[in-house]
Amino acid sequence: MRIVVLMKPVPDTTGQERLSAEFRLDRSTPAVVNANDEYALEAALKLTEAHGGDVTLLTMAPPQAPETMRKALAMGAQRGVLISDPALAGSCTLSTARVLAAALAQLEFDLVIAGADTSDGGGGIVPAGVAAILGLAFLSNAGSIEPLDGTVRVQRLGPTGYELLEAPLPALVVATQALGEPRYPSLKGIMGARSREIVTHTLADLGLADSAIGGAAATTRVLEARPPAARAATRVIRDSAPVAAREIADFLASRRII
Amino acid sequence: MPDQAASAFRLSGDQLALRDAVRDLTSARIAPRAAEIDRSGEFPWDVKELLASHDILALPFPERYGGIGADLLTLCLAIEEIARACATSSLILAVHSLAALPLLLAGTEEQRERWVPDLASGRTLIAFALTEAAAGSDASSMSTRARREGDEYVIDGSKRFISHASVAGLVTLFAVTDGDAPRHRRMSCFVVPTDAPGFAVTRLEHKMGIRGSPTAELSLDGVRVPEANRIGVEGEGFALAMRTFERSRPGIAAQAVGIAQGALDVAARYAGERVQFGKPIGELQLVQGLLADMDAATEAARALTYRACAEIEAGTPDAARWASLCKLVAGDAAMRVTTDAVQVLGGYGYTADFPVERMMRDAKITQLYEGTQQIQRLVVARSLLRRRE
Repeated sequence: MRIVVLMKPVPDTTGQERLSAEFRLDRSTPAVVNANDEYALEAALKLTEAHGGDVTLLTMAPPQAPETMRKALAMGAQRGVLISDPALAGSCTLSTARVLAAALAQLEFDLVIAGADTSDGGGGIVPAGVAAILGLAFLSNAGSIEPLDGTVRVQRLGPTGYELLEAPLPALVVATQALGEPRYPSLKGIMGARSREIVTHTLADLGLADSAIGGAAATTRVLEARPPAARAATRVIRDSAPVAAREIADFLASRRII
Repeated sequence: MPDQAASAFRLSGDQLALRDAVRDLTSARIAPRAAEIDRSGEFPWDVKELLASHDILALPFPERYGGIGADLLTLCLAIEEIARACATSSLILAVHSLAALPLLLAGTEEQRERWVPDLASGRTLIAFALTEAAAGSDASSMSTRARREGDEYVIDGSKRFISHASVAGLVTLFAVTDGDAPRHRRMSCFVVPTDAPGFAVTRLEHKMGIRGSPTAELSLDGVRVPEANRIGVEGEGFALAMRTFERSRPGIAAQAVGIAQGALDVAARYAGERVQFGKPIGELQLVQGLLADMDAATEAARALTYRACAEIEAGTPDAARWASLCKLVAGDAAMRVTTDAVQVLGGYGYTADFPVERMMRDAKITQLYEGTQQIQRLVVARSLLRRRE
């Protein structure tokens, strides 16, 4: 099975996210693999371990992305493809979907697996956009993925249970956390990742140099970003956990909630 | 020359990558288990499997046997990172690498091919049996005997305070092969399978700390091993043990540094959260003084340990002194820093709700095993005085 996993480096959410004057995310801090993409990658690795084949990462990101891509390679992906171009800064989700689709058109694959959304943008529509542009079957909310001869069977999770879908390959599947916890890379994986290939393409390499694409052609624009308004009459407990627990319990008990 | 300075005092990209991987794995999968491991006193097989499956137990072994072939500093980085969260768990790697050293230092190619692959994969653990009830610091006064009979040795005697012997498949064991020889040529080194007839674990200690690490008393009653299980030549045992300690003591130093760092992290975070007299106690100068001294002691121990690893790896003839120096300084630092961490947390630090009391109990062993602090001082002094001649 040849699987491509869409992977986005995102700011480490344990740090403080910073926005520039144009309300763009500061991507100069060390990035981590988008959490949902780790589940997609884990699913891909399990499939190739069971059925043979290999996993390619596909990323659209600023040029320092290989550092983060190596973490994903260390989990077991064989190679990485990075689309990086100054014109792509400030891209909207439509541009992102077009770029990823153009990159996929140059690759051979049976399956694309993507995370549901990213922790920085949170749009959640790029995988659908990619599938639509390429005419791939789109199988979202996957709780299980079963490849068969020329097709793939997916359980699509919903609020009341799941639907069993089957589609011809190649197809695009959106992963959920139900597919299984991502593995921590082994030390041999980390060392092996150093020698795995990451190929970088520009928009010109994808034949998109003259297209209306990237930041200049963004279809959405951030107008404002502000923290939520402070609520009145809050009490903040800053003590350490066991002490705070006692204070909270006393507070709740004094109001007869517990 | 900036490049030289950088390489002397900063870790390489590879070392950082491996260290960070161990750190991530530890904080996600080992740290949450630490309190329970201490409370139950049970050997954490799940942690052992985790270390094996992530190749962490493969670190000290050559690549051609399935190991990673990491240098001493990289091994110590891994031990330190695990010890930050759980001293017991870090000991799994430390004991495994200690016990395999005689095989790696003096074993034949045939012996290495026979045993190292299973050690590197973590399928089999190995323990180190030198100490006896009446032979601790005075190791060469041991009485366990290995009597030659044809092409076998028959081993009779007992060992005490042997970490992990009850969970290991192999034990690197030292026994007297020539009772009439001069003191430091009486002993030989053997690899003994723990399922050999006559080999028994007779008791496990109830300890102050590292409570998840089983510490065993062993009884050897007519245990037969083939001559092919002897490491090195007859009479080489004591020298081999000393060469082993030159490479293993930095691992204990690293464990001590990790314990100290873990305790410091808890104390510093607590000082930022605990409010007394209207402000976090971290704003009180007496607390700041404690924390600063803890940080200084930990960084100094770390710097000495990393330097010792680099010197020993480079083949310094002064390896014994470097190994003892870092173990001496780091062990004392760990005891001091963990004690002060309990102090910073006050009454709460004395309770099991917080990890620092466990860290303090765990730290004590780093002043005792793989040579007491007193023995380390003798090694250092001997080296200093020898230089003057």
